[in-house]
Amino acid sequence: MIVPFAHILLFAAALFVMGLGCVLARRNLIMILIGVEIMLNAAAVALVGGSAYWRQVDGQVFVVFLMAMTSAEVAISLAMVVYLRRRKGTLVADDFDGMRG
Amino acid sequence: MVASAVFYLLAAATLTATLLCVTRNNPVHAVIYLVHAFFDLALIFYLLGAPLVAAWEMIIYAGAIMVLVLFIIMMLELAPGGKTLTVDRQRWLPVVLLSLVTLGCTVVLIILDPAAAASGAAYHATPRDFGTALFDRYALAVQVVSFQLLFAAVGAYYVGKDESRERRGESP
Repeated sequence: MIVPFAHILLFAAALFVMGLGCVLARRNLIMILIGVEIMLNAAAVALVGGSAYWRQVDGQVFVVFLMAMTSAEVAISLAMVVYLRRRKGTLVADDFDGMRG
Repeated sequence: MVASAVFYLLAAATLTATLLCVTRNNPVHAVIYLVHAFFDLALIFYLLGAPLVAAWEMIIYAGAIMVLVLFIIMMLELAPGGKTLTVDRQRWLPVVLLSLVTLGCTVVLIILDPAAAASGAAYHATPRDFGTALFDRYALAVQVVSFQLLFAAVGAYYVGKDESRERRGESP
């Protein structure tokens, strides 16, 4: 290991907290999506760090699954963004506070 | 040790780029800073002995996903309008500094190890190990994930369909 495992985990935790803060603080749907991306990348850092620490390739394989999941999530959520924008003309999350039916 | 110093430098650059990303008001600037953070993250993955994951971080995250987000932002015209022809220092200074850090780290890594034989990491997963694990031990998971991608594509098409245009009988 080139650096202690704890430092990699601290780095991943800092990245995750930034993403979480972005999701919680920003009200633009695109910025919320970007926050989710940052959190998923923090998870990827932890997985690759664990893979290097235990000298097993499994962590890296899970990063690939994480990337596939992110692609699926981004495809669906961007379609939702386009749909919501067409429907209400806004992308502020607070405007989508009602349920119909 | 040079590799450790490069790791800490890249970690600092990633955190700075991410912090700048989450505080931008213009979504286009946020996406560009995030792409920069992904470049730094790819170098970190390479340092931790995951060259294949590093390549995919660049190709899939920075190349495909972020460009998709950028296209949607531009398509919906979410960025504040108005052309700025003058380039103010406050806007380009962080970009230039972060780019210089990333470039410097890349050059150091290339000079350290041109053939990428050891990459400074104690553990180094070759593409062969990776492929064996992925398609042997996790073959079922690969199938499940491919189904998930298919469902996501169908769902995205269904949600993104323009109903008003379809009612008028126009082709989408």
